[in-house]
Amino acid sequence: MNAIQTEGLTKFYGRSRGIIDLDLEVREGEFYGFIGPNGAGKSTTIRILMGLIHRTRGSAWILGRDISREKEQILSEIGYLPSEAVFYPDMRGRDLIRLSADLHRKDCRKASLELCERLQLDPSRRISELSFGNRKKLAVVCALQHDPRLCILDEPTGGLDPLMQKEFFEILKERNEKGMTVFLSSHILSEVQRFCSRAAIIREGRIIASGSVEELARTNAKRVSVRGSFDASGLPDVRDLQISDDTVSFLYSGDINLLLSQLGRQPVMDLTISEPDLEEVFLHYYTEGDEKQ
Amino acid sequence: MTIFRHELRQGRTALIIWSASIAFLFAVCIFLFPEMKGEMDQVSDVFSSMGNFSAAFGMDQVSFGTLTGFYAIECGNILGLGGALYTAMCGISMLSKEEKDHTAEFLLTHPVSRVQVLSGKLAALFVQILILNAAVLLLSLLSIYAVGEDIPWKEILLLHLAYTLLQIEIASICFGISAFLRKGSLGIGLGLAIILYFFNIIANISDAAEFLKYISPYGYAEGTDIVTNVSLDGTLLLLGMLYGIIGIAAGYIKYTRKDIL
Repeated sequence: MNAIQTEGLTKFYGRSRGIIDLDLEVREGEFYGFIGPNGAGKSTTIRILMGLIHRTRGSAWILGRDISREKEQILSEIGYLPSEAVFYPDMRGRDLIRLSADLHRKDCRKASLELCERLQLDPSRRISELSFGNRKKLAVVCALQHDPRLCILDEPTGGLDPLMQKEFFEILKERNEKGMTVFLSSHILSEVQRFCSRAAIIREGRIIASGSVEELARTNAKRVSVRGSFDASGLPDVRDLQISDDTVSFLYSGDINLLLSQLGRQPVMDLTISEPDLEEVFLHYYTEGDEKQ
Repeated sequence: MTIFRHELRQGRTALIIWSASIAFLFAVCIFLFPEMKGEMDQVSDVFSSMGNFSAAFGMDQVSFGTLTGFYAIECGNILGLGGALYTAMCGISMLSKEEKDHTAEFLLTHPVSRVQVLSGKLAALFVQILILNAAVLLLSLLSIYAVGEDIPWKEILLLHLAYTLLQIEIASICFGISAFLRKGSLGIGLGLAIILYFFNIIANISDAAEFLKYISPYGYAEGTDIVTNVSLDGTLLLLGMLYGIIGIAAGYIKYTRKDIL
C-alpha cells in the first residue's frame, strides 16, 4: 500500500499558483524526500495532505484513505512536524504534550518521557520560556509520541543544533526500521541524500523529477575538475563554472568526446571526473528548468 | 471534550478577572443603595424628569429609590455593558486567535474534525458566560441579603436571565465573525458590543429610531422595562436568539471550508 498517493493534485490561491497537477507516490515504510526551495509548493502540498487547506482539484490518499472523506482517521495515524513550532505560550511543555496525546485519545506518557529524555527537553518549563530549538523538540515529541504510521516533516531540522539533529534522525531511522513511513520535506539536500531512499524534486508547483535518490543523482552531468591551465569557453553545456588559482571546476552535460579533445589540446596537470552530489543535481534540474522557460 | 477543557483552561484567567470585577462593582453598588435610598426620595423626581436623558436610561419608568429600580439601572448597566464587552472579546477571538497566534496548525493537525473544534469552543464560550453570570448573581444576592433588603427574586432572576441571553447573543454573533478573521480583531467585537448598546439608547430617545430595538439585544434586556412589566419581551428575545443562531451557523459554514494558511 502507498503511504501517500496524489493524482493531479492542484491548488491555486485565487490566481496565485500553489501546486499544479502533482503526482506523488510514497510507499509504506519508505524514507522519502521532498526537495525544493522556498515557495516551490512543498508546504502547500503538506498542508493539503494534513487537511489544513482545501485542494482546487485532483485527489489524494494517505494510507489508502481519501483525504477529503476520512480526515480524522488519517490524522490519527500521522505525526506532523511543522516548520514553525508555535504553541500556546502560557502552557507548560508537559501540558502541551498531554493535550496532544488527549487529542489522539492515547496514553503516551511512556513514549513522551523517553523522547524528552533523548532530546534533552525539560517539559516542566513554560512554552514562552523555551528557545526556538526547544520548541522544535517539543514539536518532535508531539509528532512521535503516539507511534504514528506516517510521519510528515516540514523542514524539520531548523533550530536544532547538530547534536540534536543527529539524535533526531537516529530516532527517525529507528522508527523507520520498525515500519514508520517518513516524508521529509527539505531544502537541505545533504539530509535527503543521507537518509532518504527515494525523493521528488518540486519546482514552481510541479514535480520535475522523482525516483530513487541514486537515480536522481545519476544524471548525464559530470563534475569535472581540471588542475592546470584550462579554457572551458569552447565547450557547450558547461554550468557552475568555478575558477580558482590553478583549478577549473564545472558541471558538464555535453558530448564526452568533445570534452576529451579539448582536454587533450590544453596543458592539464591533473583531472577528476566524478558524479555530482545531489546539491549539484538539484542545481542542474533548476537551471535546466530556467532554460526551458 | 478535550478542546472544551483546553479552551476553559485558556480562558480561565480572563474569566476570573472579569467575573471578579463585575461582581465587585455589583457589590459596591448594592452596598451604596441603603445610603442612597434616603437621599433618592428628594432627587428621584429630578432623575425621572430629565427628558431624553431619563428616557435613554429608562429612568422615567422606575425610581432610583426602590431596590428594583436602582438595580435595573445601575447594576443593569454594569452587567449589560461589562458582560457584553467580556463576551464580545471572548467570542471574537475564539477562532481567530488560533490563526493569529499560529496555533491552528497544531490544533487542526490532530484527529479532530473542524466541527468538533467549533463545538468544543462554542460550548466553552457558553459555559464561561454562565459561570460569569452565576458568580455575579451569587455575589449580588449575598450583597442584597447583607444590606438587609428583601430580595425581589422574580425581577432579579429575570434581569440576570435577560443579560445572560444578551451575552449569549453577542458572543454567538462575534463567534461567527471570528471564523472570517485571520488576525484576531478585538476592536470589531468590542465595537459591536458598544454600538448595540448605543442603538438601544438611541431607540429609547427617539421614536423614529425605535426599530433599533429589533436589532440590539439591549432591547429585550432593558432593565427598567423588565422590572416594570416583570417579564421579557418575547418577540425581541426570539429575534435576538435568531441573530445568535445565524451568527453560529455562519461560523460553522465558514470555518469548515476555510483554508488555514
